Amino acid sequence: VGQSGIDAEDIVQETLLAIHVKRHTWRDDSPVTPWLYAIARYKLADAFRRQGRRPEVTIDAIAETAAAPQTESAMQWEVDRALGKLAPGQRAVVAALAVDGQSISETATNLGMKETAVRVAFHRGLAAITARLGRRP
Amino acid sequence: MKTEELIRVLSAEASTRRSAPEPVLYLAALLSVVVAGALLTMTMGVRPAFSAALGDVRFLFKFVVTIAVGLSAFVLVRRALNPVSSETLPLAVLLVGPAILAVGVGVELWALPSAGRSMAATGKNSLLCLTVIPALGIVPLGLILGALRLGAPTRPGLAGFCAGVLAGGIAATFYAANCSDDSPLFVATWYPLAIGVLAVLGAALGHRFARW
Repeated sequence: VGQSGIDAEDIVQETLLAIHVKRHTWRDDSPVTPWLYAIARYKLADAFRRQGRRPEVTIDAIAETAAAPQTESAMQWEVDRALGKLAPGQRAVVAALAVDGQSISETATNLGMKETAVRVAFHRGLAAITARLGRRP
Repeated sequence: MKTEELIRVLSAEASTRRSAPEPVLYLAALLSVVVAGALLTMTMGVRPAFSAALGDVRFLFKFVVTIAVGLSAFVLVRRALNPVSSETLPLAVLLVGPAILAVGVGVELWALPSAGRSMAATGKNSLLCLTVIPALGIVPLGLILGALRLGAPTRPGLAGFCAGVLAGGIAATFYAANCSDDSPLFVATWYPLAIGVLAVLGAALGHRFARW
Protein backbone atom coordinates (compact mmCIF):
# COMPACT_ATOMS: atom_id res chain seq x y z
CA VAL A 1 0.00 0.00 0.00
CA GLY A 2 2.73 2.41 0.99
CA GLN A 3 4.40 2.45 -2.43
CA SER A 4 1.21 2.71 -4.46
CA GLY A 5 0.24 6.27 -3.62
CA ILE A 6 -2.51 5.23 -1.23
CA ASP A 7 -2.18 6.43 2.32
CA ALA A 8 -2.41 3.42 4.62
CA GLU A 9 -3.56 5.62 7.48
CA ASP A 10 -6.49 6.84 5.40
CA ILE A 11 -7.63 3.27 4.86
CA VAL A 12 -7.26 2.45 8.55
CA GLN A 13 -9.40 5.45 9.35
CA GLU A 14 -12.00 4.62 6.70
CA THR A 15 -12.13 1.05 7.98
CA LEU A 16 -12.58 2.12 11.59
CA LEU A 17 -15.34 4.46 10.56
CA ALA A 18 -17.04 1.76 8.48
CA ILE A 19 -16.83 -0.72 11.35
CA HIS A 20 -18.57 1.81 13.48
CA VAL A 21 -21.22 2.86 10.95
CA LYS A 22 -21.94 -0.71 9.84
CA ARG A 23 -21.74 -2.31 13.28
CA HIS A 24 -25.35 -3.43 13.03
CA THR A 25 -24.44 -5.76 10.14
CA TRP A 26 -22.43 -7.96 12.47
CA ARG A 27 -24.52 -10.91 13.56
CA ASP A 28 -23.78 -11.70 17.18
CA ASP A 29 -23.82 -15.43 16.46
CA SER A 30 -20.92 -15.18 14.01
CA PRO A 31 -17.19 -14.57 14.68
CA VAL A 32 -16.01 -10.97 14.63
CA THR A 33 -12.65 -11.35 12.90
CA PRO A 34 -13.90 -12.40 9.44
CA TRP A 35 -16.38 -9.55 9.59
CA LEU A 36 -13.63 -7.05 10.43
CA TYR A 37 -11.40 -8.40 7.66
CA ALA A 38 -14.23 -8.26 5.13
CA ILE A 39 -14.78 -4.58 5.90
CA ALA A 40 -11.06 -3.82 5.72
CA ARG A 41 -10.78 -5.67 2.40
CA TYR A 42 -13.72 -3.74 1.00
CA LYS A 43 -12.24 -0.41 2.08
CA LEU A 44 -8.85 -1.28 0.61
CA ALA A 45 -10.38 -2.43 -2.67
CA ASP A 46 -12.49 0.73 -2.71
CA ALA A 47 -9.39 2.89 -2.28
CA PHE A 48 -7.66 1.12 -5.15
CA ARG A 49 -10.76 1.49 -7.33
CA ARG A 50 -10.93 5.19 -6.63
CA GLN A 51 -7.25 5.59 -7.36
CA GLY A 52 -7.59 3.58 -10.56
CA ARG A 53 -10.10 6.07 -11.84
CA ARG A 54 -7.61 8.92 -11.34
CA PRO A 55 -4.17 7.35 -11.42
CA GLU A 56 -1.31 9.25 -9.85
CA VAL A 57 2.29 8.24 -10.46
CA THR A 58 5.13 10.23 -8.97
CA ILE A 59 8.03 11.01 -11.25
CA ASP A 60 10.38 9.13 -8.89
CA ALA A 61 8.57 5.89 -9.59
CA ILE A 62 9.38 5.96 -13.30
CA ALA A 63 12.74 7.76 -13.14
CA GLU A 64 14.63 4.48 -13.52
CA THR A 65 12.95 3.60 -16.77
CA ALA A 66 13.34 7.07 -18.27
CA ALA A 67 16.23 7.35 -20.73
CA ALA A 68 19.38 9.07 -19.47
CA PRO A 69 20.86 11.74 -21.77
CA GLN A 70 23.43 10.11 -24.03
CA THR A 71 26.50 11.72 -25.56
CA GLU A 72 27.00 10.51 -29.08
CA SER A 73 30.35 8.81 -29.40
CA ALA A 74 31.89 6.21 -31.62
CA MET A 75 33.39 3.05 -30.20
CA GLN A 76 37.12 2.52 -30.69
CA TRP A 77 36.54 -0.53 -32.93
CA GLU A 78 34.25 1.52 -35.15
CA VAL A 79 36.92 4.15 -35.62
CA ASP A 80 39.54 1.47 -36.31
CA ARG A 81 37.33 -0.26 -38.84
CA ALA A 82 36.54 2.99 -40.64
CA LEU A 83 40.19 3.95 -40.81
CA GLY A 84 41.36 0.44 -41.78
CA LYS A 85 39.56 0.58 -45.13
CA LEU A 86 41.36 3.78 -46.22
CA ALA A 87 44.50 4.13 -48.32
CA PRO A 88 47.61 4.61 -46.06
CA GLY A 89 48.04 8.32 -46.92
CA GLN A 90 44.39 9.18 -46.30
CA ARG A 91 44.38 7.10 -43.12
CA ALA A 92 47.26 9.04 -41.61
CA VAL A 93 45.60 12.39 -42.43
CA VAL A 94 42.12 11.43 -41.19
CA ALA A 95 43.58 9.88 -38.01
CA ALA A 96 45.60 13.01 -37.28
CA LEU A 97 42.78 15.48 -37.98
CA ALA A 98 39.56 13.75 -36.96
CA VAL A 99 40.72 11.35 -34.24
CA ASP A 100 43.71 13.05 -32.63
CA GLY A 101 42.30 16.55 -33.24
CA GLN A 102 45.42 18.14 -34.76
CA SER A 103 45.19 21.20 -36.93
CA ILE A 104 45.78 21.15 -40.68
CA SER A 105 49.13 22.95 -40.47
CA GLU A 106 50.38 20.58 -37.71
CA THR A 107 49.38 17.59 -39.79
CA ALA A 108 51.03 19.04 -42.88
CA THR A 109 54.28 19.59 -40.97
CA ASN A 110 54.21 16.18 -39.30
CA LEU A 111 53.51 14.27 -42.51
CA GLY A 112 55.69 16.49 -44.72
CA MET A 113 52.76 17.41 -47.01
CA LYS A 114 51.35 20.63 -48.37
CA GLU A 115 48.30 21.97 -46.52
CA THR A 116 46.20 21.71 -49.71
CA ALA A 117 47.21 18.09 -50.09
CA VAL A 118 46.18 17.45 -46.45
CA ARG A 119 42.78 19.06 -47.09
CA VAL A 120 42.24 17.00 -50.23
CA ALA A 121 43.31 13.75 -48.55
CA PHE A 122 41.09 14.51 -45.54
CA HIS A 123 38.11 15.31 -47.74
CA ARG A 124 38.52 12.16 -49.83
CA GLY A 125 39.09 10.01 -46.77
CA LEU A 126 35.89 11.26 -45.11
CA ALA A 127 34.01 10.82 -48.39
CA ALA A 128 35.25 7.22 -48.60
CA ILE A 129 34.17 6.50 -45.03
CA THR A 130 30.79 8.13 -45.63
CA ALA A 131 30.27 6.13 -48.79
CA ARG A 132 31.05 2.92 -46.96
CA LEU A 133 28.95 3.56 -43.88
CA GLY A 134 26.14 5.19 -45.80
CA ARG A 135 25.68 8.24 -43.61
CA ARG A 136 27.09 11.70 -43.12
CA PRO A 137 30.21 12.05 -40.97
CA MET B 1 -10.35 13.16 6.58
CA LYS B 2 -9.01 14.86 9.64
CA THR B 3 -9.04 13.10 12.97
CA GLU B 4 -11.35 15.72 14.48
CA GLU B 5 -13.82 15.09 11.71
CA LEU B 6 -13.61 11.35 12.29
CA ILE B 7 -14.37 11.85 15.97
CA ARG B 8 -17.25 14.13 15.09
CA VAL B 9 -18.75 11.57 12.71
CA LEU B 10 -18.24 8.78 15.21
CA SER B 11 -19.97 10.66 17.99
CA ALA B 12 -22.81 11.67 15.72
CA GLU B 13 -23.19 8.03 14.70
CA ALA B 14 -23.02 6.74 18.25
CA SER B 15 -26.48 7.99 19.11
CA THR B 16 -28.23 6.36 16.14
CA ARG B 17 -29.07 2.72 16.62
CA ARG B 18 -29.78 0.80 13.48
CA SER B 19 -31.58 -2.49 13.42
CA ALA B 20 -30.07 -5.56 11.82
CA PRO B 21 -30.53 -5.43 8.04
CA GLU B 22 -32.11 -8.88 7.60
CA PRO B 23 -35.48 -8.11 9.22
CA VAL B 24 -35.58 -4.88 7.23
CA LEU B 25 -35.08 -6.84 4.02
CA TYR B 26 -37.89 -9.23 4.95
CA LEU B 27 -40.11 -6.25 5.60
CA ALA B 28 -39.08 -4.60 2.31
CA ALA B 29 -39.82 -7.81 0.39
CA LEU B 30 -43.20 -8.16 2.06
CA LEU B 31 -44.05 -4.53 1.33
CA SER B 32 -42.92 -5.03 -2.27
CA VAL B 33 -45.35 -7.90 -2.70
CA VAL B 34 -48.16 -5.82 -1.20
CA VAL B 35 -47.35 -2.77 -3.34
CA ALA B 36 -47.00 -4.72 -6.59
CA GLY B 37 -50.20 -6.64 -5.85
CA ALA B 38 -52.13 -3.50 -4.99
CA LEU B 39 -50.83 -1.71 -8.06
CA LEU B 40 -51.95 -4.56 -10.30
CA THR B 41 -55.45 -4.87 -8.82
CA MET B 42 -55.96 -1.10 -8.87
CA THR B 43 -55.00 -0.78 -12.53
CA MET B 44 -55.32 -3.85 -14.73
CA GLY B 45 -56.57 -6.46 -12.31
CA VAL B 46 -56.13 -10.17 -12.82
CA ARG B 47 -57.25 -11.52 -16.11
CA PRO B 48 -60.85 -12.56 -16.76
CA ALA B 49 -61.64 -16.15 -15.83
CA PHE B 50 -58.71 -16.15 -13.41
CA SER B 51 -60.04 -19.03 -11.32
CA ALA B 52 -60.73 -21.12 -14.40
CA ALA B 53 -57.15 -20.57 -15.52
CA LEU B 54 -55.89 -22.00 -12.23
CA GLY B 55 -56.57 -25.43 -13.69
CA ASP B 56 -54.26 -24.76 -16.63
CA VAL B 57 -50.80 -26.21 -16.19
CA ARG B 58 -49.18 -23.62 -18.48
CA PHE B 59 -50.72 -20.78 -16.51
CA LEU B 60 -49.48 -22.20 -13.20
CA PHE B 61 -46.07 -22.91 -14.69
CA LYS B 62 -45.51 -19.17 -15.18
CA PHE B 63 -45.76 -18.68 -11.43
CA VAL B 64 -43.37 -21.54 -10.73
CA VAL B 65 -40.79 -19.81 -12.90
CA THR B 66 -41.27 -16.23 -11.66
CA ILE B 67 -41.41 -17.28 -7.99
CA ALA B 68 -38.25 -19.35 -8.46
CA VAL B 69 -36.52 -16.31 -9.96
CA GLY B 70 -37.69 -14.10 -7.10
CA LEU B 71 -36.69 -16.57 -4.38
CA SER B 72 -33.23 -17.21 -5.83
CA ALA B 73 -32.61 -13.46 -6.08
CA PHE B 74 -33.89 -13.01 -2.53
CA VAL B 75 -31.32 -15.52 -1.26
CA LEU B 76 -28.55 -13.54 -2.96
CA VAL B 77 -29.75 -10.15 -1.72
CA ARG B 78 -29.92 -11.49 1.82
CA ARG B 79 -26.34 -12.73 1.52
CA ALA B 80 -25.27 -9.34 0.14
CA LEU B 81 -26.38 -7.59 3.34
CA ASN B 82 -23.48 -8.97 5.31
CA PRO B 83 -19.89 -8.01 4.36
CA VAL B 84 -18.60 -11.56 4.87
CA SER B 85 -21.20 -13.51 2.90
CA SER B 86 -21.39 -10.66 0.39
CA GLU B 87 -17.88 -11.48 -0.82
CA THR B 88 -19.01 -14.82 -2.24
CA LEU B 89 -22.34 -14.49 -4.00
CA PRO B 90 -23.27 -17.80 -5.66
CA LEU B 91 -24.73 -16.16 -8.76
CA ALA B 92 -25.44 -19.57 -10.31
CA VAL B 93 -28.50 -19.69 -8.03
CA LEU B 94 -30.10 -17.22 -10.42
CA LEU B 95 -30.14 -19.94 -13.08
CA VAL B 96 -32.70 -22.02 -11.17
CA GLY B 97 -35.67 -20.12 -12.65
CA PRO B 98 -34.31 -20.15 -16.23
CA ALA B 99 -33.51 -23.86 -15.87
CA ILE B 100 -37.10 -24.66 -14.89
CA LEU B 101 -38.27 -22.46 -17.76
CA ALA B 102 -35.98 -24.28 -20.18
CA VAL B 103 -37.69 -27.57 -19.31
CA GLY B 104 -41.06 -25.95 -19.97
CA VAL B 105 -39.83 -24.58 -23.29
CA GLY B 106 -38.62 -28.04 -24.26
CA VAL B 107 -42.01 -29.59 -23.48
CA GLU B 108 -43.80 -26.77 -25.31
CA LEU B 109 -41.65 -27.18 -28.40
CA TRP B 110 -42.39 -30.89 -28.36
CA ALA B 111 -46.13 -30.36 -27.89
CA LEU B 112 -46.67 -27.47 -30.33
CA PRO B 113 -46.72 -27.90 -34.08
CA SER B 114 -43.88 -25.89 -35.57
CA ALA B 115 -46.34 -23.49 -37.25
CA GLY B 116 -47.69 -22.32 -33.89
CA ARG B 117 -44.32 -21.77 -32.27
CA SER B 118 -43.42 -18.30 -33.45
CA MET B 119 -46.98 -17.15 -32.78
CA ALA B 120 -46.77 -18.48 -29.24
CA ALA B 121 -43.42 -16.79 -28.71
CA THR B 122 -44.55 -13.44 -30.09
CA GLY B 123 -47.82 -13.52 -28.20
CA LYS B 124 -50.27 -10.64 -28.04
CA ASN B 125 -48.95 -8.72 -25.06
CA SER B 126 -45.21 -8.40 -25.59
CA LEU B 127 -45.14 -4.61 -25.36
CA LEU B 128 -47.46 -4.67 -22.37
CA CYS B 129 -45.19 -7.23 -20.73
CA LEU B 130 -42.13 -5.02 -21.32
CA THR B 131 -43.79 -1.98 -19.75
CA VAL B 132 -45.91 -3.45 -16.97
CA ILE B 133 -43.20 -5.59 -15.34
CA PRO B 134 -40.75 -2.68 -14.94
CA ALA B 135 -43.60 -0.41 -13.85
CA LEU B 136 -44.77 -2.86 -11.18
CA GLY B 137 -41.17 -3.50 -10.11
CA ILE B 138 -39.86 0.02 -9.72
CA VAL B 139 -41.24 0.63 -6.22
CA PRO B 140 -40.16 -2.82 -4.99
CA LEU B 141 -36.71 -2.12 -6.42
CA GLY B 142 -36.52 1.08 -4.38
CA LEU B 143 -37.62 -0.71 -1.21
CA ILE B 144 -35.14 -3.54 -1.65
CA LEU B 145 -32.29 -1.17 -2.48
CA GLY B 146 -33.18 0.76 0.68
CA ALA B 147 -32.74 -2.41 2.72
CA LEU B 148 -29.53 -3.11 0.85
CA ARG B 149 -28.19 0.33 1.81
CA LEU B 150 -28.72 -0.55 5.44
CA GLY B 151 -26.53 -3.61 4.95
CA ALA B 152 -22.89 -3.67 3.95
CA PRO B 153 -22.64 -5.14 0.45
CA THR B 154 -19.00 -5.43 -0.58
CA ARG B 155 -20.06 -5.61 -4.24
CA PRO B 156 -22.77 -2.94 -4.43
CA GLY B 157 -23.30 -3.18 -8.18
CA LEU B 158 -23.77 -6.93 -8.14
CA ALA B 159 -26.01 -6.70 -5.08
CA GLY B 160 -28.09 -4.06 -6.88
CA PHE B 161 -28.36 -6.39 -9.86
CA CYS B 162 -29.76 -9.12 -7.61
CA ALA B 163 -32.14 -6.58 -6.07
CA GLY B 164 -33.35 -5.78 -9.59
CA VAL B 165 -33.94 -9.47 -10.34
CA LEU B 166 -35.83 -9.82 -7.06
CA ALA B 167 -38.02 -6.81 -7.87
CA GLY B 168 -38.48 -8.22 -11.38
CA GLY B 169 -39.46 -11.61 -10.00
CA ILE B 170 -42.11 -10.05 -7.75
CA ALA B 171 -43.42 -7.84 -10.54
CA ALA B 172 -43.46 -10.69 -13.06
CA THR B 173 -45.36 -12.92 -10.65
CA PHE B 174 -48.17 -10.39 -10.47
CA TYR B 175 -48.05 -9.53 -14.15
CA ALA B 176 -48.37 -13.23 -14.96
CA ALA B 177 -51.77 -13.19 -13.25
CA ASN B 178 -52.94 -10.66 -15.81
CA CYS B 179 -51.13 -11.74 -18.95
CA SER B 180 -53.07 -14.08 -21.20
CA ASP B 181 -49.97 -15.41 -22.94
CA ASP B 182 -49.25 -18.60 -21.06
CA SER B 183 -46.84 -20.30 -23.44
CA PRO B 184 -43.38 -20.92 -21.97
CA LEU B 185 -42.11 -19.68 -25.32
CA PHE B 186 -43.64 -16.26 -24.61
CA VAL B 187 -42.33 -16.28 -21.05
CA ALA B 188 -38.83 -17.21 -22.22
CA THR B 189 -38.82 -14.48 -24.86
CA TRP B 190 -40.22 -11.46 -23.02
CA TYR B 191 -40.01 -11.96 -19.26
CA PRO B 192 -36.18 -12.05 -19.18
CA LEU B 193 -36.08 -8.79 -21.16
CA ALA B 194 -38.52 -7.09 -18.78
CA ILE B 195 -36.76 -8.40 -15.66
CA GLY B 196 -33.43 -7.52 -17.26
CA VAL B 197 -34.47 -3.86 -17.43
CA LEU B 198 -34.98 -3.85 -13.66
CA ALA B 199 -31.79 -5.81 -13.10
CA VAL B 200 -29.66 -3.36 -15.09
CA LEU B 201 -31.34 -0.43 -13.37
CA GLY B 202 -30.75 -2.09 -10.01
CA ALA B 203 -27.09 -2.67 -10.83
CA ALA B 204 -26.60 0.99 -11.76
CA LEU B 205 -28.45 2.26 -8.70
CA GLY B 206 -26.73 -0.21 -6.41
CA HIS B 207 -23.33 0.77 -7.74
CA ARG B 208 -24.12 4.39 -6.94
CA PHE B 209 -26.15 4.30 -3.77
CA ALA B 210 -25.39 1.03 -1.99
CA ARG B 211 -21.68 1.72 -1.53
CA TRP B 212 -20.51 2.74 1.89
